[in-house]
Amino acid sequence: MAVVSMTVNGKPVSVDTEDRTLLVYFLREQLRLTGTHIGCDTSQCGACVVHVDGKAVKSCTMFAVQAEGADVLTIEGLAKDGKLHPVQEAFRENHGLQCGFCTPGMIMTAVDMIRRNGAMDRDTIRHELEGNICRCTGYHNIVSAIEDASRRMTAAEKAA
Amino acid sequence: MIPYPFTYKRAKSVAEAEALLQATPDAKLLAGGQTLIAAMKMRLANPPELIDISGIRELNYIRVAGGAVAIGAATTHFEVATSKEVAGAIPALAHAASVIGDPAVRYKGTLGGSVANNDPAADYPAAVLALGATIRTNRRSIKADDFFTGMFSTALAEGEIVTEVSFPVPLKAAYKKFANPASRYAMAGVFVAKFADGIRVAATGAGPCVFRVPDMEAALAASFTADAVANIAVDAGGLNSDIHGSAEYRANLVTVMAKRAVAEAA
Repeated sequence: MAVVSMTVNGKPVSVDTEDRTLLVYFLREQLRLTGTHIGCDTSQCGACVVHVDGKAVKSCTMFAVQAEGADVLTIEGLAKDGKLHPVQEAFRENHGLQCGFCTPGMIMTAVDMIRRNGAMDRDTIRHELEGNICRCTGYHNIVSAIEDASRRMTAAEKAA
Repeated sequence: MIPYPFTYKRAKSVAEAEALLQATPDAKLLAGGQTLIAAMKMRLANPPELIDISGIRELNYIRVAGGAVAIGAATTHFEVATSKEVAGAIPALAHAASVIGDPAVRYKGTLGGSVANNDPAADYPAAVLALGATIRTNRRSIKADDFFTGMFSTALAEGEIVTEVSFPVPLKAAYKKFANPASRYAMAGVFVAKFADGIRVAATGAGPCVFRVPDMEAALAASFTADAVANIAVDAGGLNSDIHGSAEYRANLVTVMAKRAVAEAA
């Protein structure tokens, strides 16, 4: 056991945890941030994607101690001042979810890919989503939501 | 899934990692952890200690000089895939890095981790072998032809740490893989490289370990065209057979991927 310190959604946290604690369990069970989901627990489905120092990674395949000193962003930290993030808003408007289990990971992955690529066509989005699985197979609306968000966010950036 | 208990240590330099490894010989080096952590969660691996080398700055670089691209072992797949220097010198290498796993895996996984693990279906071993790269460690330099010795096994000795892989810049090169639709590992991947003094062809995913295809190399030396390899089949004996595909299917894929790689490079 050792104290692990990091910043989660803008707030500093220091928690006693075992070296073997995976980041996803640290977030869900110790910090009670249950928006990040455990799907396959084998690094394939992407339900557990969070951002660590600005990069979208699978929190089931990383130990909490590896994030010592890092800046972690989870789905709970996306909305600002009661206003949904543009990607969350686009998922809502495009009905980009069915059961919703994969949604936190889809949205965290989408935010990362939009930051890297800007406005994207559907093929690029589908390629970028290869590490996220929707078991409802609701990909059509997920892709539409990301396409919509990527265009709006890029347009807003240009206008700013 | 929760791994067996272990102690985590973070090394700040190669010298520190060496010392830690010497103190606990059964310890494992942790770089991106995209294979090791999965194995530990399945309890297939049970190291008493993990030595995290991912943050060692002296292992994270990309240098293009003297006709070679030298890449530090802790450089991630994402960094190689998006490097302008790599894309300028050996675009096929940047491409190979860009098709490993998925975006989240590429942010974490490293070049050194991939070659040291030598997964039979990993992409980097094909690039390393076809480009005739040199693997540098804390002790010596090892030629690619001597490095990959079998399934998940390499020429690395106990306590040896991969520090760099240096890739000679070819005249032309391309990598084509047929990815497993679920895992994105190569069912078969072929890297073709043309140098002034010859051709090198390496296949991954098809057999228990990456291997060269001498018949294709000879044919391509005579004529660097897709047609030259179209009728060259690798022996299915000894290739992998599993629920995803038979040995014969993989043997055929090697020819098809080789044709596509040559067509792209030529």
